[in-house]
Amino acid sequence: MTFDEIQYQALSEWRALSEKPRILIGTATCGRAAGAIEVVKAFEKELARQNADAIITQVGCMGLCYAEPLVIIIKPNYLSVCYGNVTPEVTHRLVEGYILNDDPCLELALGTFEKSDRKAPSIPELSRFEHELRLLLCHCGYIDPENINHYVANGGYSSLAKALRMPREEIIAQIKRSGLRGLGGAGFPAGEKWELCHEAPGTPKYVICNADEGDPGAFMDRAILESDPHSVIEGMIIAGYTLSTPYGYIYVRAEYPLAVKRFKLALEQAEALGLLGNNILGSGFSFWIEMVQGAGAFVCGEASALMYSIEGRRGMPRVRPPHSIEAGLWRKPTLLNNVKTFASVPLIIERGAEWYASIGTEGSKGTAVFALAGKVAHTGLVEVPMGISLRQLIYDIGGGVLRGKKFKAVQIGGPSGGCLPESLLDTPVDFDSLSEAGAIMGSGGMVVLDEDNCMVDAALYFLDFTQNESCGKCTFCRLGTKQMLNILTDIVSGKGKTEELDLLVELAEDIKEGSLCGLGKTAPNPVLTTLRYFRSEYEAHIMEKRCPALVCKELTAYYILPDKCERGCEHCVLTCPAKAISSDENRIKIIDQTKCVKCGTCMQVCPPQYSAVVKLSPPPGDKP
Amino acid sequence: MAISEIASGLTPLAMTNKQSSKMTEDYKEGLSHILKSYKGERWELISLLQKVQERFGYVSLEAMSGLAHFLKIPQSTVYGVATFFNQFRFTPLGRHPIKVCLGTACHTWGGKLVMEAMERELEIKVGGVTLDGDFSLDRVACIGCCVMAPVIVIGKDVYPKMTPLKVEEVLGGFKQKASSANPPNDEKG
Repeated sequence: MTFDEIQYQALSEWRALSEKPRILIGTATCGRAAGAIEVVKAFEKELARQNADAIITQVGCMGLCYAEPLVIIIKPNYLSVCYGNVTPEVTHRLVEGYILNDDPCLELALGTFEKSDRKAPSIPELSRFEHELRLLLCHCGYIDPENINHYVANGGYSSLAKALRMPREEIIAQIKRSGLRGLGGAGFPAGEKWELCHEAPGTPKYVICNADEGDPGAFMDRAILESDPHSVIEGMIIAGYTLSTPYGYIYVRAEYPLAVKRFKLALEQAEALGLLGNNILGSGFSFWIEMVQGAGAFVCGEASALMYSIEGRRGMPRVRPPHSIEAGLWRKPTLLNNVKTFASVPLIIERGAEWYASIGTEGSKGTAVFALAGKVAHTGLVEVPMGISLRQLIYDIGGGVLRGKKFKAVQIGGPSGGCLPESLLDTPVDFDSLSEAGAIMGSGGMVVLDEDNCMVDAALYFLDFTQNESCGKCTFCRLGTKQMLNILTDIVSGKGKTEELDLLVELAEDIKEGSLCGLGKTAPNPVLTTLRYFRSEYEAHIMEKRCPALVCKELTAYYILPDKCERGCEHCVLTCPAKAISSDENRIKIIDQTKCVKCGTCMQVCPPQYSAVVKLSPPPGDKP
Repeated sequence: MAISEIASGLTPLAMTNKQSSKMTEDYKEGLSHILKSYKGERWELISLLQKVQERFGYVSLEAMSGLAHFLKIPQSTVYGVATFFNQFRFTPLGRHPIKVCLGTACHTWGGKLVMEAMERELEIKVGGVTLDGDFSLDRVACIGCCVMAPVIVIGKDVYPKMTPLKVEEVLGGFKQKASSANPPNDEKG
């Protein structure tokens, strides 16, 4: 089949769809966890029961995770409406109201949905979409990821058809001119990497897509693989064509079963249409993609470790040079890019390098995708042009801090990144500004912390993660992080010493210098940035034995205020898992501090009109 | 060497009673079924380990020596690779495998307290299995449900917005189900 025929077929299927009302339901992992599959079943039942004619399409993730399960109803000649927090119970009303009649049930709606010229979903009622620029996520939540025709009908694979007629040098020149930088976190110029690998001697060459998204709290790559897998495949094929190699690999976390399933299906469908495999679109160029599942090692996000892991070995990084572009997988020239980098390639080929270079800042072009989580109102996936400020991202798009609490810090880049305070909220989001502030762009995890989060505890959390995940090859990373962890553990349990703060910094610098790979080089970042911006919290732990956010267990205690305790009520006594609460002769409750496990249950169950349980730090009686 | 021969070389240490020999049969059959779709090349090791875990729920010593045999590499190499990666476990799972998410979002919402409550209620440490084999407890880095933090996963079900108090409730539900499945012989109503 020629590409025109493939396109024609896809378009006729897509057009036929738009003749009937359509119900799009987001069934990516986050939607499923919120009950999207039950909603799909309920809609099927309702449509049958009310004898309504509509098409149900399971789509990927729209990024509005806070409102999952999400449903969009598209009706010919009517408003398209997006509904959030949909339950099986409201499907009856939606089918009766909007599928059969003309009532769009706006009381259940998040907003109306229009197809803009960017093909991106936009919900005018939600101001966040005015700040977002959805390029990589433009199909997410809009097309059926399990149907290649949906992708093709929306312009998919036309960049591949175009690229196959371009000289290889021209593709590289385009990528270079676009200013695309590796979106896995490090930000190495992609065009330069492609050129170096293209020129490297030795065959065969390999193309690897890094989808080992190990950062706890980041899920952008997963969402793209689950919602728009073909964009990644198309980018990888173009890379293979540019390097004249038939061998492609994608390395996906095994913890992402749905991404694995959908990507596999996408590979099969692309091959069936002749867009992948032997003699692609009659060009004489062949390319295959093999899927490898990672086995849960954070360090395998590092290029050399990832390649060892594909070879079936322990994923331990090695000394460079030689770099993987010269000697990578099986010591052959290897091009490794992140999911989002590959997904950007078709956009650049289709719309040109100059268009891409016009988005973003001087040094960082295009868009950045973040997984926004933590104490923020509108958690979810966000795609913004590079250069937008953190404040805009958190307040205008994220809706600000939850429950009117006070913002404390934003953690960017996961265990390799840093915590930035409120005073730096006007920092633009781009590779260079963030690393100047001590954080990194990283893989795209962004966690908002409020006044109830302890910064020492946050640093301890990330360091504990990297210390566990250190592969053990470099002494500084293996033992240095352990030492830092010991010091932090002392601090949170009230045994810290002031002079150890300098020791922490010293150790951190040594670990950065003495480690081979990115894991070690960045592991101290969370500690360094919290020390830089929140030193007073460390000092409160050490000198006053006080945790200002009332988080660190050893430095806090629960107390029941006798004058507030309503004597007849036994909620706390009955629910305390440690049986640490007793009544005295006046039926006033007392917590036995030696038994208390500090789970907070008593505080939670104490009726709000009494609010007799308080949390104190330092515990009264403990003199610093 | 034929796959069945390899698999038979891996029979776990002599077992006497009928149940054990049934288990051995299942094990041999399961392993040779897995090996059938592989070529025996070195790079297939991780994928093989994943298949073994998928089939048996964990990677046993026997399975590791079987894979070493199949790939013609030392057992220590297989052990080295298997223990490097977090995905592999070397003891069977409980009937209701529990995973507590300790990803960043879950941590900021108090995931640690949930884990402590689990350890307290089940009287095991993370990584352990209860004596009756009903529950196993593990931590997981992030399951991508950050909005519903803190979450736990039991079997395939995600339990959102957990607290220490809800841990008791959820586990209580499982225990009740277990006891109503084997009701005590009380008098007829």
